[in-house]
Order: sequence, then C-alpha cells, then structure tokens
Amino acid sequence: MTTPIVELQALRKSYGNHAVLDGITMCVHEGSIAALLGPNGAGKTTLVRILGTLITPDSGRATISGHDVVTCPELVRSITALTGQYASVDELLTGEENLRLAAWLWRLNRQERQARVNDLLERFDLTAAARRPVRTYSGGMRRKLDIAMSLIGRPRILILDEPTTGLDPRSRNALWDTVRDLARDGVTVFLTTQYLEEADRLADSITLIDQGKVIAEGTPESLKAKIGVHVLELSFPDSSSRIRAQTLLRHSYPRQLHDDTSLRIPTTGAPVEVWHVLDVIHRADIPVDRMAMHSPTLDDVFLTLTGTRTTSQETSE
Amino acid sequence: MIRTPAWSLYDAIAMSARSLRISTRQLDALLITILLPVFLMLLFVYVFGSAMNVGTDYTSYVVPGVIVLCAGYGASSTAISVASDINNGVIDRFRSMPIVGSSVLVGHVVASVGANIVSTSIVIGVAILTGFRPNASLTDWITAAGFLVLFIVAISWVGVAIGLLVRSVEAASGATFFVLFLPHLSSAFVPTDGLPAVLKPFAEHQPYTPIIETIRALLLGTNMGNHGWTGLLYLVGLLGVSLVVSIRLFDRETV
Repeated sequence: MTTPIVELQALRKSYGNHAVLDGITMCVHEGSIAALLGPNGAGKTTLVRILGTLITPDSGRATISGHDVVTCPELVRSITALTGQYASVDELLTGEENLRLAAWLWRLNRQERQARVNDLLERFDLTAAARRPVRTYSGGMRRKLDIAMSLIGRPRILILDEPTTGLDPRSRNALWDTVRDLARDGVTVFLTTQYLEEADRLADSITLIDQGKVIAEGTPESLKAKIGVHVLELSFPDSSSRIRAQTLLRHSYPRQLHDDTSLRIPTTGAPVEVWHVLDVIHRADIPVDRMAMHSPTLDDVFLTLTGTRTTSQETSE
Repeated sequence: MIRTPAWSLYDAIAMSARSLRISTRQLDALLITILLPVFLMLLFVYVFGSAMNVGTDYTSYVVPGVIVLCAGYGASSTAISVASDINNGVIDRFRSMPIVGSSVLVGHVVASVGANIVSTSIVIGVAILTGFRPNASLTDWITAAGFLVLFIVAISWVGVAIGLLVRSVEAASGATFFVLFLPHLSSAFVPTDGLPAVLKPFAEHQPYTPIIETIRALLLGTNMGNHGWTGLLYLVGLLGVSLVVSIRLFDRETV
C-alpha cells in the first residue's frame, strides 16, 4: 500500500497559451484506488493521456512503476491499461471478438487467449451477450467490455477516464463494484471523475484539481473534514431575503454559495449548528420557504477550498 | 522488444484480421465491394457504351477505368474507417498498448486490398460476360495483376493518409471526392484526343492516364509506349508520399 506506483512531478502541458496542466505533483500508491476529481476542463483527460503515453508533457516528469512515460513508453504500456472517456470498442464485432482481438494483440498464445476471454466474459457478466455485436449493447455493457479489454494483459495499473459518465445509476453502482473487486485483486486503479460522491465512495485517496493545478489532496475523510459534510440549503421567497440572510451569516460562514433565491451553507451536519443558523435567520424575521440538507457537490467543495465556483459553470446535481 | 520485425508482422496480421472481419459486417462496404463494380460495369457498357465510339470495343476499352474507379471508392471507405477509428478512441487504445500501433493502419490497407481484389475480379468477370475479349499472355496477366495490386496498395495508403488528416467521418467522405473524380478527367472512359484544349494537357499528364493506359495495354495487347514507366513512377511516388504522411500523422501528438 505504501509504494508509489504513479509519480508526477511538476507536470506541465500547454496548448497554445492555455496551460492545461500547470505543475501537477502527486502520487498514487500501489494497490489503491485513487481519484482525480475536477470539473470539466480541469485537465483530467490531458493528465490521463500523458500517463497512457498518448501525449508527452512539455516539462516535468511522470513515471509508472519507475518507468518514465516519455523515455520508456513501451515499458509503461506493458503494465498500464487506459480506458478512455468513450468506450473504444469495435461496434460491428461481437463482445467476444473484441476480447479475442485484445488477447491476440497482448500476445497470449491460443489456449491462453480463449481461457482468458471466457474468464473475463464471465467475470463481467457478458457471457450471454458474448456473440452479439457490440452495437446492440447498452452503455453499461460497453463500459464493462471496454474495461474487460483493458484487463486482458493483466495490467498492474488501470486508468479510467470518467468511467461512469453517461451511465444510469444501476450500471454506475455495478461499475463501482467492479472497480472495488479489481483493487481487491491488487490492481491499482486511477480514475478521473467530476462527481464528489464517486470519489468519496470509491477512492482511498482523492486529488482535487482545477485549471491544471492541485487544489487539495487527501483521503475522502480528511477532505470531508475540511469541506463540511453536509450542505444546508435554504430557499427564500425573493432575492432580497436571500441577501439579508447571507449578510447576517457572512461572519460565521464566509463561504456560502448562492443563486438568486437560495443559499448553500457548508456545515458539519450537527443539529446544534443547523439550529444556530436557523435561529439567526428567524430572529431577523427573514422568511424562508424551505430548507434541505444534502451532501456537498463539487461546487460546494470548490467554494470551500478556493472561495470560487468551479470554472465550468456546470453544477454537478 | 516490441518493435522487432517479427512482432510487427504479428501485430499487422492481428489488425488485418480485425479490419477484414469488420468490413464483412459493414453493409455499405459490402455494397461498394460487390454491387458497385457490377453496376458501374453495366452502366458503362450498356448506357454510355451505346453512344461511345472509341475506335475499339467499348467494353474492352472501359475495363481499366472501372477498375480504378472502384479502387477509388475502396480508398474512400478506407479513409472513412480510419477516421472513425480515430473518433471512437480505438486508435488511442491501440496506441496505449505495448504493440506496434501503426499496425492498425496496415490492417486497414490489407482489408482495402482484399476488398479491391474482389471488386476487380468482379469487374473483369462482368466484363467478360458482356463481351470483353482480353488479348493478353500469361506474362501480361501477371504483370497487369502486379501493377494493379501496386495501384490498389498505393491508393489505399492515400485513403489512410486522408483519414488521418481530416479525422472526421464526414470530412473523410468529402475529402476523397477528388480521388473519385480524377479518373473522369483521364483516358479512363474516353480517349483524351477528343477533349477540349483546356482539359487535354491535364488529362494526358495526370497520374490516372498512364496508370490506366498501362493496364489497358497489358490486357488488350496494345502498344504501351512509355506509359508503363510513367505509371510505375507515379505509383511508387504516391505510395511513398502517402506512407510517409500516414506514419507522420499517426505519430503526431493528438490533441
């Protein structure tokens, strides 16, 4: 658990004047599940493509198991499997044919090939669909096949770029189970996500990035301790009430997120704290329509850690 | 370790199997490979042929033209396949594996050559049924086959280069337009002698004319002149340039 398998040092990559990665330093421990969390455009895919040896960084160093991705790409490729954002499978071939091709390219001999293919079909619950063209698969099945193809070569590290984007909740849960199983078997999993919940539920460590920089890192627990576990959301009948409440609470809660008529306040979730907030508002006689408690979104996290909203104005709700 | 000639060949075989298998599942590719040659041949022989006077039997005259036209459609399919591989991330998967990544391109070329050999045989078959009477010795046939294979390989690599260059399926089908149009401005379907003065010099010197004239001379036993060497030079040049461009584009960093 303590040996770093991925090590990044001051990694930079720019396209034109735009610094997509602006000095990323981080590491991933062998056998762990590590999440790279950030909004759209934070640089997640660029980072993953560098680790997958698809592009080279402008400066800095990236190694996997000690092999430099720039100078020893072939060694890196032999222990790394990259699953991109879109399931890269051949639509016109069957699931089994896709896997067989991967096994062929991974240079397994004939007996090994079929055994490995059957094994993975079974493991990913694709045996029944094995002889159907991938064109007929659901999004979740495609994802599974994509990951199965990545596992053919028994990689030591599996890199997943936004593995659950576009999946329905059931497929997403199934995929989470798959990732946990892989980690249990000793495969290091490095995944990117836009969803705090996903990083929280899956990862042993989370690295939060925005605009190509690391904003925070740590275990889900340590991050949550910083962020506040629960967000108190208050809805007001009009914006002037919202502004009054916000002004009153500014001192105790400098980092609030708001839109026109609602306010989001990061709290520990302790009843006494919520009671205090409501009390302040009640005493000032400010009308409130509704209140709700929920887990923090990526937006809440960014607000708490950086004082700004995420750069992409997509709130992850 | 990974890039030894033996492993390169191994990867190329696996990739060729992939591309060939995919092309047997693509309805449009199958139509282009099997039906198009039949339709084009019948069209030229019975529709246009009825009004043509080229000095010899039109069926025999037009065979090389239909063959190169079909190869153009094949190259166009290849460009589209390559572009679609880029778009759905398949190329990225292969590039991130410990294999010779560019073997995926070789696979596309092999599939294209395979499909074109089928198309060409169909053209010749239909031609013979509709009155094509070749006048060629065994050596001529072998030379013509070799020349045609070289042509098909070259134009397939042109298709690959176009696919890598434009990177989108729509643009790929648009960009191959000139490959398809160029034969019409050559001696493929009409002799260049009768063309207007503006077109004639272009038609006589563009690559398709010597290529077509070479095949025609080999099959019909007519005088080849220096078309053979000119055509060969064009083909080798075309193959070299498109190979270099393809490999460069493949290795270039993708955004």
